[in-house]
Amino acid sequence: MNYQELIRQIALNDERIIVMTAENRAVLRELPPVLGERFIDVGIAEQTMIGAAAGLALRGRIPICHALAPFLIYRAYEFVRTDVGIAHLPVKLSSWIAGFLSEANGPTHQAIEDVALMRAIPGMTVFCPADEADMLAMLPAIWASPDPAYVRLIVRKTDYTHAPFEIGKAEVIREGSDITLLVYGLLFEEARQTVPLLEQEGLSVGLINMRSLKPVDEEAIVRAAKTSKRLVTIEDHLLTGGLYSIVAEVLLKHGLSAEVQPLALEERWFHPALLSDVLAHEGFTAEQLARRITLPGWV
Amino acid sequence: MTTDSLSFSPASHADLAQLALRVREHILRMSTDGGCFTGASLSCADLFVFLYTRFLRIGPDRLSDPERDYLLLSKGHDVPALYATLAELGWIPVERLKNHLKTNDFIYWHPNRHLPGVEFHSGSLGHLPAVGVGIALDIKLRCGQNRVVVVTGDGELDEGSVWEALLVASAYRLDNLVIVVDRNHFQANLPTEELIPLEPLAPKFEAFGCAVERISGHDFAQMEVTFSRLPFQTGKPSVIIADTIRGKGVPSIEARADRWFCNFTHEEVEALLGELRGEAQAHLTSETLTVR
Repeated sequence: MNYQELIRQIALNDERIIVMTAENRAVLRELPPVLGERFIDVGIAEQTMIGAAAGLALRGRIPICHALAPFLIYRAYEFVRTDVGIAHLPVKLSSWIAGFLSEANGPTHQAIEDVALMRAIPGMTVFCPADEADMLAMLPAIWASPDPAYVRLIVRKTDYTHAPFEIGKAEVIREGSDITLLVYGLLFEEARQTVPLLEQEGLSVGLINMRSLKPVDEEAIVRAAKTSKRLVTIEDHLLTGGLYSIVAEVLLKHGLSAEVQPLALEERWFHPALLSDVLAHEGFTAEQLARRITLPGWV
Repeated sequence: MTTDSLSFSPASHADLAQLALRVREHILRMSTDGGCFTGASLSCADLFVFLYTRFLRIGPDRLSDPERDYLLLSKGHDVPALYATLAELGWIPVERLKNHLKTNDFIYWHPNRHLPGVEFHSGSLGHLPAVGVGIALDIKLRCGQNRVVVVTGDGELDEGSVWEALLVASAYRLDNLVIVVDRNHFQANLPTEELIPLEPLAPKFEAFGCAVERISGHDFAQMEVTFSRLPFQTGKPSVIIADTIRGKGVPSIEARADRWFCNFTHEEVEALLGELRGEAQAHLTSETLTVR
């Protein structure tokens, strides 16, 4: 099973599904002959794709829209907000190469504000699966929901077997009394490798896959804050408006004070390179994460 | 031409003119106590009266009928003309227009879908050509016969998204899509030709793969002939450039750059209503050019 296999299965059983793309076919190559006229490529015209998706949704369709994350989100943002958001239409946004996944493309292609911008839209839901299996487990529920949705696509494979998905629920991998790592997207795998490294330092470590960022699992965050001495948020996103902000909002709402260490991009774009080099350069490999978490002053 | 589901079917162009007069009266009555975009509403009043009585296969009794035609108001700031037309045709009670700008209703400076007949909200220019493309695509997918009319302004054509949508409409051969340009020759503060010239306009649309006709947006006979010929060409989106006069019907605000958004005193509204009926020209002292 992969992304387009999933679409094929769902679309063939549900004629409401329309697959749209602004000429981003990376994960859609086999779909045109399968879907026929229900595959709509508008060319490099993200605004028109989103506006047209709203029109299709008004007619009862469920459009799944594809484009590179920065163009889907930033070029077309006002169309997402105004046409999809205000009307609360079931338009599903599938973003390609969000966060560190843009690798060597450079800042023009870096969607590291996407979570902040998408969750700011009333009624928009936001999901960041950890790997391909996680994504495939999540998408059927996301597409079946009547809400507009933004999903950071990921096709990286890991050997982790995820728990079943429920919108608004985090996947609590493990609990720990010293530190709980909260993470989403591709950095889940790095965080998972970080856990044994921290345990070698004698720390009790929890790990939560924050796959549903909006709605967010407040209970999981509150529980981690109460049972763990420190929360660490890990994200390939700007510090502003992402998971760190979400955790801060939840803690404030519940009248809780907690030590929270953010590992994110602070007021800058990341250095473009191949993914493994980006991770190493920006300090997000498992070893580097462990080192940053155990830095004097943070222990 | 089908008018079977219309609640009001004027027999003659004289009837249409009478209806348009009443629509313009409503627009002027909404031009006080906070005001509205009077000039742009007056320019497209005749177009709305024609479309809703003579062209669109639509009515308050078939709002959810998937076979109905669609009118999408992309230049949302002229919504007083739409609401006045819908009120005159019985879609909403005329009394409801008195809720203009009140918190007990949804009648404000741009369209809201709570009002029956408003297919989609607008206000941000350059959006509804794309939304219209989506609706037209779905109609094609379902082999439907309904038409999608998108009314745009002329200043709105500055927005690149209009042209992006036309490229896509042409590529998908959406001949069920009709763009009607309310060519009142003004954008907000200036004549279009003084700021961002649009002429020659028809060749621009033709270059984007559309079939284009240019008419007077105040001449019901021309509208009748032109709209009856849609689509102008099989496989191409149609564009009707309707030349109009901003502020049409009220000489003291006609074609004036400084009468875009108007908030008149009650006395001025009464005088303008008289002017609309052919009485003496009103003496206006209200502040001009209130930019919203």
